[in-house]
Amino acid sequence: MKLSIIIDNLESASFVKGAVDQVTQHNTQQAQRKAAMAVLAHAEAGEIAARLRDLTLPAHQDLRAPENGLVMLRGRVGGDGAPFNLGEATVSRAAVRLASGEVGFGYTLGRDGEKARLIALCDALVQSRDFGGLVERSVIAPLREQLMVRHKRAAEETAATKVDFYTMVRGEG
Amino acid sequence: MYVAVKGGERAIENAHRLLADRRRGDQRVAEVTLDQISEQLGLAVDRVMSEGSLYDRELASLAIKQARGDLIEAIFLVRAFRATLPRFGASEPVDTGAMRVQRRVSSTFKDIPGGQILGPTFDYTHRLLDPSLAEGFVPETPATAEASTAPTPRVTDILGRDGLIESSPEAEDGASVGDLTREPLNFPAGRDLRLQNLARGDEGFLLAMGYSTQRGYGRNHPFAGEIRFGEVEVEFFAEDAGFAVPLGAIELTECQMVNQFKGSATEAPCFTRGYGLAFGQSERKTMSMALVDRALRARELGEEALAPAQDEEFVMSHSDNVQATGFVEHLKLPHYVDFQSELGLLRKLRKEFADANTPVAMKEAAE
Repeated sequence: MKLSIIIDNLESASFVKGAVDQVTQHNTQQAQRKAAMAVLAHAEAGEIAARLRDLTLPAHQDLRAPENGLVMLRGRVGGDGAPFNLGEATVSRAAVRLASGEVGFGYTLGRDGEKARLIALCDALVQSRDFGGLVERSVIAPLREQLMVRHKRAAEETAATKVDFYTMVRGEG
Repeated sequence: MYVAVKGGERAIENAHRLLADRRRGDQRVAEVTLDQISEQLGLAVDRVMSEGSLYDRELASLAIKQARGDLIEAIFLVRAFRATLPRFGASEPVDTGAMRVQRRVSSTFKDIPGGQILGPTFDYTHRLLDPSLAEGFVPETPATAEASTAPTPRVTDILGRDGLIESSPEAEDGASVGDLTREPLNFPAGRDLRLQNLARGDEGFLLAMGYSTQRGYGRNHPFAGEIRFGEVEVEFFAEDAGFAVPLGAIELTECQMVNQFKGSATEAPCFTRGYGLAFGQSERKTMSMALVDRALRARELGEEALAPAQDEEFVMSHSDNVQATGFVEHLKLPHYVDFQSELGLLRKLRKEFADANTPVAMKEAAE
């Protein structure tokens, strides 16, 4: 398994993206992995670790020890036009391989290398036939639930500040 | 001319030791923690992230603490830190239309789809100092209401459907996105570079420039079409994974300024626009940015460009507070030799002046 060492990988990345998109079955698993990562990236390292601790995990090793770096965040002109560089963010990444061969990748905003490693481990488990279901049930689903509760709460607080316009009738109706 | 000055080591060491003591202040007072800065001085953190051009709340909080609350010094620290890390690449462009909105107002449409959402704002406060905040203040639990599932489309998208506003410029095929942290700035600069420059530009500078356009120096008749603040998801195409991986969410503020319309014999008149985007809740910054972005489009839109805010070289060369403070503050570093040579020249000129103006009689008497 070759790990990316390229910095500023956008052009080569766009090429690989096109090639990958042709494989449908691959895409189903990819969508699952992506959905899991979307939840894990929002969780704290401690929360992921606590849920993994209850499982009997297969043997695994670090393929890439956690490392910190930067990602240039991009916006679009007018919100929907050509991209521009807004500013960077710190990002931590790691890769983990299960003894059975599955390789998982962990990327997250911030500088918490342990969190990146745990995401990588979960990503590897999601791909495993033996552990995919278990990690979804025991780790991803509860964290997703927790995230949704948090988002719902924030949305409700926001909703309370929505203006309800009403018309004042002046003079005698 | 700069020369090495030696002999200050002890003084410098002791000055930094004194700084550390003064930064800590009276040690009977509790030390401020990074969490406290991040949670309770959140807008200062947002500004340091925006202008430091690095999204990391913890680092920005540390920088504010280290800089004793001097935000430009903190921004400087953050900029220096970012130079120590490798760059993995660039994110997929964020979708502000899909933002989990915490605040969203439009001054152009009262009944905008999704509604006017005030969120946490200073607007409509009376700006009276609140003594109850001085100590032990416990806020009420925020009110809640049923969350709406209605989408909150951008105002400009709604106007755009009817062709009433110009559309955003599309990326040209194969065009790379300009990055002023990688290549030196050249003029004229593209909109991508201008927006990057403004996004990390000094809020005070942009505020003054934006204000100047309102006062008549490059007027562009703005309406705050929409200001929104909230969380957007970030994805990064990770080459090793082979797909765009989610990195988590960041908070952004976006301002869509709707400006004076233009038209021609061949094009129907439509509103023009200016754009502002920044990390965190940075409303004043993004509004100013949008005004200046629009002003800098003067030439592109066939307007006379006579005002400072319309001069891209002027704006872009002076917007960066780290560059500006570096050049202004370097004046306090030793310039002894420089100054000695000026002093020598001045003495010589004064002597020549005195000689030329001494009356002839006095000269003769003296001889």
